[in-house]
Amino acid sequence: MKSFSEIDTAVKRATKGVGFSWGISEEVGKNIRLLEMFGLPGLKNLNQYYKIFKEKKFQNLSLVSKENSSKIPYCPIIAGTSFLDQINNIEELGEIKFENLSFPILFIPFISRASEIIGKRIFLTIDEKEFLLNFNQSIYSNYLSGDILEKGDQIKIKFIDNKNMFSEKEWEELYKLSEDTFVEETDKLKQSAAGAGLTDND
Amino acid sequence: MEIQLRDPKKIMKLSKLGSFHQSKLSFLRSFLKEFKDWKYNRDLFDLDENGFGRAVYSFSKDRRVYSLVCFANKISDDERSDRVIATKWDAAFVLHDGVPAKKDIDRLSNNVPKQEVGRMSYKELTLSRANKSVRIFKHVVESLANGKQPDKEKLSKVGYLYRTTAVYGSGKFGLADRFRIKNRDEIYGPFRLEMMLVYLVRQFTFDQANHIARHKNPKKAVELDNEICRNLGIGNSTGLGMAPFIVNHPALLNNWILARETALKKIREIKKIDKNESKIFVNCLKKSLKNVTSWTTDSDFQKKKIKYLITDLNKFINFLEKEFSFEKDFAFNEIYQWCEKKLGDECIEYVVSMMMEPYDDIINPLLSSMSVDEDKYFTIPTNKSISDLRDILETRYSAILKIDFTKKDSNQNFWFISKNKEEPRLADRYLDKGSELEQPLAIARDICKLYARITNQKNKLKIGKFLIENNDLRHVVRRAFITDKFPYAEIQDNTIGSNLMPIDMLRLKLSFFGALKFDPRSDKWLRINMFQGAPLPNDLKSFDDYWVYNSLN
Repeated sequence: MKSFSEIDTAVKRATKGVGFSWGISEEVGKNIRLLEMFGLPGLKNLNQYYKIFKEKKFQNLSLVSKENSSKIPYCPIIAGTSFLDQINNIEELGEIKFENLSFPILFIPFISRASEIIGKRIFLTIDEKEFLLNFNQSIYSNYLSGDILEKGDQIKIKFIDNKNMFSEKEWEELYKLSEDTFVEETDKLKQSAAGAGLTDND
Repeated sequence: MEIQLRDPKKIMKLSKLGSFHQSKLSFLRSFLKEFKDWKYNRDLFDLDENGFGRAVYSFSKDRRVYSLVCFANKISDDERSDRVIATKWDAAFVLHDGVPAKKDIDRLSNNVPKQEVGRMSYKELTLSRANKSVRIFKHVVESLANGKQPDKEKLSKVGYLYRTTAVYGSGKFGLADRFRIKNRDEIYGPFRLEMMLVYLVRQFTFDQANHIARHKNPKKAVELDNEICRNLGIGNSTGLGMAPFIVNHPALLNNWILARETALKKIREIKKIDKNESKIFVNCLKKSLKNVTSWTTDSDFQKKKIKYLITDLNKFINFLEKEFSFEKDFAFNEIYQWCEKKLGDECIEYVVSMMMEPYDDIINPLLSSMSVDEDKYFTIPTNKSISDLRDILETRYSAILKIDFTKKDSNQNFWFISKNKEEPRLADRYLDKGSELEQPLAIARDICKLYARITNQKNKLKIGKFLIENNDLRHVVRRAFITDKFPYAEIQDNTIGSNLMPIDMLRLKLSFFGALKFDPRSDKWLRINMFQGAPLPNDLKSFDDYWVYNSLN
């Protein structure tokens, strides 16, 4: 078994080896480590991408807008880096679409890290595959095959407003149970147990 | 009185960092302190009459067990090399998490002796190998077999029976990643498991020598005297592999230096020094002289440093005895100021280390601040502006921005990773091939490039936008924002210039390890001694915290 530290180092060097800058290579090293930790096939997808990286053309997406499409497939590393770098500006776009993104699994960790930066969950769909990115703490997904995904035709990103996953009624029901740990105060205790003075006019 | 922390621009110069000495903050000392209450045991000792075979040593407490698994092998003299290109060693070691089952030991026996080409598992924590100091080891075994203790003078010239040539941890070769064990209190300090490995290896070297001597002459052989054992450490040969570490881990480097600087600041702020405190300081200082006067090296560079250190120490002791009184307020501050005026860096930093000796109450809380979760600072704050970046560069890197990188000399060297050992190396840009594959360790040069690149950028421009066209400098943009948070994160020197002394980088790191007697063999590698004078595992419960100055050598 390869350690995550070995994965990080080897990926960083490989990324530099195929021609990215050291700074981008550092990002990709951390990203693949993250994917592997979350149980997603990061190294497998990256390896396949780098096999064809020099033979095929990929579009670099520098400035992310609400709708991004290209006839030449987008490079997931540059698109992801741009997304991460511009997250504070693009959050207000609400929903963002990408068409024709190559190796979209490699795009996921950038979005996951962006979720942590803005403090919001992000819902990502790659065609029919769904990913809920939880503040870079976990990824919840229906994509379990672990296969290489060479292309995503339609990628949608939705920022989810921070809200509870339960109703007010459910909260009240649970809160009532928590009250069973409280002590009913007598008048005497009401006056003395908090430790404060009886008047605050001093 | 409030004393300011020393200026990072002065402290982070390589010549200054290369003058650091071991101190109470050093990792091998804090390791012993942490593990003094743990149960030590030799669990397995299965060596043949020549000392080849397996052994297991452990430290345990409650339900936690750390086991050193040793493999001693037969190698011929021509196979013995301290260089990282070696493929065989007298002994190989791994620190296993828990009690190794027989199948673990069998698995490890196929991998640990192979070192870099073997594979470890997440159950292993650190990995190392060592070679005998052949003449000394032989002398010790022969003396013991003849019923005599070895010649102390001979021993003192070397100071150890074995020399390690690398100690690996943190996920290398399949070892456990740091995150798997980071929540264990006992190993929160940096390199604690590496220190444990080296410490237990030291005991193995004594046990092996005793074992061979006993088999050579069962009737006459004696055991190596414990007092002699205590005065033997473990040697270590260290090359350039260690140097980039301090460049690649800026936040961690900051926390090491900041702990030292904070300790000094707090000590200088003490108004009244009590008699016991001044006594400990003076005693440690005087006893430590033996470590300096017995410090032998063939390196002219180091000989000169030792000579100045001895001269300065004599000057300092003379000042303490004839001109100074600890009755004065803020006595340590006055000592420090006197040192700054009268002494060289080597001695100033020596005295700083000594000042820490009386102050457990200041040092102990700092030990836990010497680690860091580096991932927390990895992401570039791209919502910051060019103005923010410019401020950081001008304040944190002002000395570096003065370096003229249009000069050939300033670009003389480049760092690369060797193909055969995957280890960092240094080469001449104008004589050697491979500079196009340079590692991102020329921080000063790239910071200067970044500063030039932002000159014409608008102050309000966000870093996220700037990076679109400037990702080639992304690695130093990240560093600049890390350095903004951590004032001692960056070496304030050119790490590729013609006058670079890589040995300064090694020495900085080794001083934090707690190494003694730096012995440079060139400007790129050196030998050191670790745990010389340290208590033996069976003495740990009642050990003397000032053991480092008790060496007889």
